[in-house]
Amino acid sequence: MDKPFAITLDVGTSRANHTGTWRTKRPEYVDRLPPCNDACPAGENTQGWLYHAESGDYRVAWEALVRDNPLPAVMGRACYHPCESACNRGKLDLAVSIHAVERFLGDLAIREKWPLPAPMPATGKRVLVVGAGPSGLSAAYHLARFGHAVVMRDALPLPGGMMRYGIPRYRLPREVLDAEVAKILDLGVALETGRRVDDIERAMKEEGFDACFAAVGAHLANRVEIPGSDASRMLDALDLLRQVEDGETPRIGRRVAVYGGGNTALDAARTAKRLGAEEACIVYRRTRALMPAHASEVMEATEEGIQLHWLSTIQRFDEGSLVVEKMQADENGKLSPTGELERIDADTLVLAVGQSVDLSVIERLSGVHVKDGVVLVDAHMMTGHPGVFAGGDMVPSAEARSGSGLPARNERTITVAVGHGKQAARNIDAHLAGTTWKAPPRHELATYEMLEPWYYTDADRTVQPILARVRRQSSFDEVQLGLTEGDALFEARRCLSCGNCFECDNCYGLCPDNAIIKLGPGKRFRVDLDFCKGCGICASECPCGAIRMLPEEA
Amino acid sequence: MSQEVRFYQTGTLTAGNRLLDPGSRTVQASVDRSNALTSGHRACQGCGEALAARWVLDAAMRATSGRLIAVNATGCLEVFTTPYPESAWQLPWMHSLFGNAAAVATGVAAAMRVSGRDVRVLAQGGDGGTTDIGFGCLSGMFERNDDVLYVCYDNEAYMNTGVQRSSATPPTARTATTPAVGDLPGNEFGQGKNVPLIAMAHFIPYVATATVAHLHDLEAKVLKAMSMTGARYLHVHVPCPLGWGTASEDTIKVARLAVECGLFPVFEAERGEVTSSRAIRRRVPVVEYLKIQRRFSHLFSGGRVDEARIAGLQAIADHNVARFHLEREESA
Repeated sequence: MDKPFAITLDVGTSRANHTGTWRTKRPEYVDRLPPCNDACPAGENTQGWLYHAESGDYRVAWEALVRDNPLPAVMGRACYHPCESACNRGKLDLAVSIHAVERFLGDLAIREKWPLPAPMPATGKRVLVVGAGPSGLSAAYHLARFGHAVVMRDALPLPGGMMRYGIPRYRLPREVLDAEVAKILDLGVALETGRRVDDIERAMKEEGFDACFAAVGAHLANRVEIPGSDASRMLDALDLLRQVEDGETPRIGRRVAVYGGGNTALDAARTAKRLGAEEACIVYRRTRALMPAHASEVMEATEEGIQLHWLSTIQRFDEGSLVVEKMQADENGKLSPTGELERIDADTLVLAVGQSVDLSVIERLSGVHVKDGVVLVDAHMMTGHPGVFAGGDMVPSAEARSGSGLPARNERTITVAVGHGKQAARNIDAHLAGTTWKAPPRHELATYEMLEPWYYTDADRTVQPILARVRRQSSFDEVQLGLTEGDALFEARRCLSCGNCFECDNCYGLCPDNAIIKLGPGKRFRVDLDFCKGCGICASECPCGAIRMLPEEA
Repeated sequence: MSQEVRFYQTGTLTAGNRLLDPGSRTVQASVDRSNALTSGHRACQGCGEALAARWVLDAAMRATSGRLIAVNATGCLEVFTTPYPESAWQLPWMHSLFGNAAAVATGVAAAMRVSGRDVRVLAQGGDGGTTDIGFGCLSGMFERNDDVLYVCYDNEAYMNTGVQRSSATPPTARTATTPAVGDLPGNEFGQGKNVPLIAMAHFIPYVATATVAHLHDLEAKVLKAMSMTGARYLHVHVPCPLGWGTASEDTIKVARLAVECGLFPVFEAERGEVTSSRAIRRRVPVVEYLKIQRRFSHLFSGGRVDEARIAGLQAIADHNVARFHLEREESA
């Protein structure tokens, strides 16, 4: 009442004026799907575990990682990391070296003896897993975590499947494989090696299994007829690798030629070199670009002195030399012979022309359908025989199964196998509970265009140290070495956190209307809709694309 | 072998970062910021001036532990914050006339001094109130070296009254008084003035330019200015979505392009000498900056591009780059 001259109203705050009524669009915080997660065949939440690694919480990061994949130290070495091909940072400078951080976490967990998360209470259900390769191990791990009793059988003397008998130890040291397998067995999974399962139906009935997961690897080598060949000078790449693994000395000469263009061919050539061959070469009928082997392996092989002969088919194997015919490829990649012959010096020929799965164990089950060397499974990874599921090398990969229009290429990698194991375990768990597993809806993909890359400063990718070339040609020591903690942290921090808020405070600091409420560490932010005018600055200046603008309803 | 672990993920370019120690985060990243200009003000969506004013005052409030008085010239900033009886200001704030903010601030500073109170004064206005109407008072405040930080929020025209040309309007820009008609549409070349350089010519303790594109840089300059006494001048580039014809969400982006093309040099000077400048990170041609603003759309419309006058603007940018040494090897 007692106001100065000409003043009739008390001072009020502008906060009485709810400018939110002006808004035609509203910001909404979202979690989008980072491209690394989207690309991972094992379904890892890559961005999620990198987030914890960035703050140096390595144990939390590892625990987040093993929620999906119990083999990070193996995977960080042997996976061909499709996550890195998809990584948005690749459009900025170079992709985050995700595999190197994964390997760092896996190795740290082995060194620190961190146990895998404890299983849920026992369900009383029993599951038989056939095959102790990556798929079987993954399924056994997830099934054990669900509380089921798991018995895992493998025909070979040691667990690991193709990880042990297909991947040479210079790519995957056996201590690493053994340590990660041991962690899975520590959960109570019963492993029976050297014990082939011949009759799944009988085993299930007699031993009281409620479900079975079959995951037999592609251990059968495909053959090709080569005139003039003499069995004593020819062997299969798989036999070569297995003999080395079993401590035997394969009979190879001084000049070894490997026929094939896949990863196994390269592994065989690199192994031959390490066994003392003076020369090792690859003979492949297509071009380098069409080689199924991964580029990084081709590069490492050539560094080790492996010769590569493209567009060549073997006509004859004479004493001391191969006769190859040069091929030519038209622009569609179609091959035709040129009639031009060449000689390549070789005293040993290793065949690496593809691998198949011994399907006999599953073929005889009633209801099971087999086509083109693989087992047909439904969307829940179940075969035509109720309660029997299959995965890994035995079944086509998810993209081929879903009929996505992609070439039905049955990519047989450890990562696909681990992903199959996880999917199968979820479906088996649901099946045992009398329900069906339903995949949660996938978030919208976080594309590069959704980011504001201005805020990411330049940071070159950390290069993993590599074993000296001389030692690579003579020993089975690991070629790619690990990162130090400092480098792993640096590398983790190169992650752009695509589509997921990492609390950079940009929305909070850059709102002209003070309409973003900061909820505190780990709690992110909230929009104050009383005052947000919907200008959209928060969304356009969000570095990682974790805000979208939605039209307000009229 | 191990590399120094830095915050490469975002460097120090975002407002904050959970991995950064709190001392290295901006004032704006803190829940304790004073919000000297709070919600409910009536600035347009995406207003660069409203944003810059909160950044400047929150930083000055932190520097003075809240012992701060703001004096405002007439303009958008005054009108949109104080429709009687409401005020968006959460600090002592006064407004007198369009052209006298610097003189009023001088008086407030003198009053604080004679009454023995340790209270600092900040004067602020738009480019119209600073470079045109209040210029005499501003120059007087500078030459007397009064203890005031004067902040000009430059949106390059009289936006409050309907986008009329000011002496800070760039050549070729369309305003209500420089319409896009005739042979040479928009504002003329060879006019206007550069007030930061004029301020430097007064040899005052501190002159700096800043922009809403660089929060860390702006706050550092306010904190530095408040650590000094005498007349100080801060010139902040603030895009105006309405007057420039830009999308409201592009306010920061267009400010960033102004810096990256060289048209708005970011530098600081002490006692008349340039002491530092901010290097351009990824240089772009001026076209990148011009083409997203409707006020320059006549340079690109009608099926022909006005190459000659775009080249004139590019020449200004190139001159800035050379003069302030803006293109150099420096990691951000």
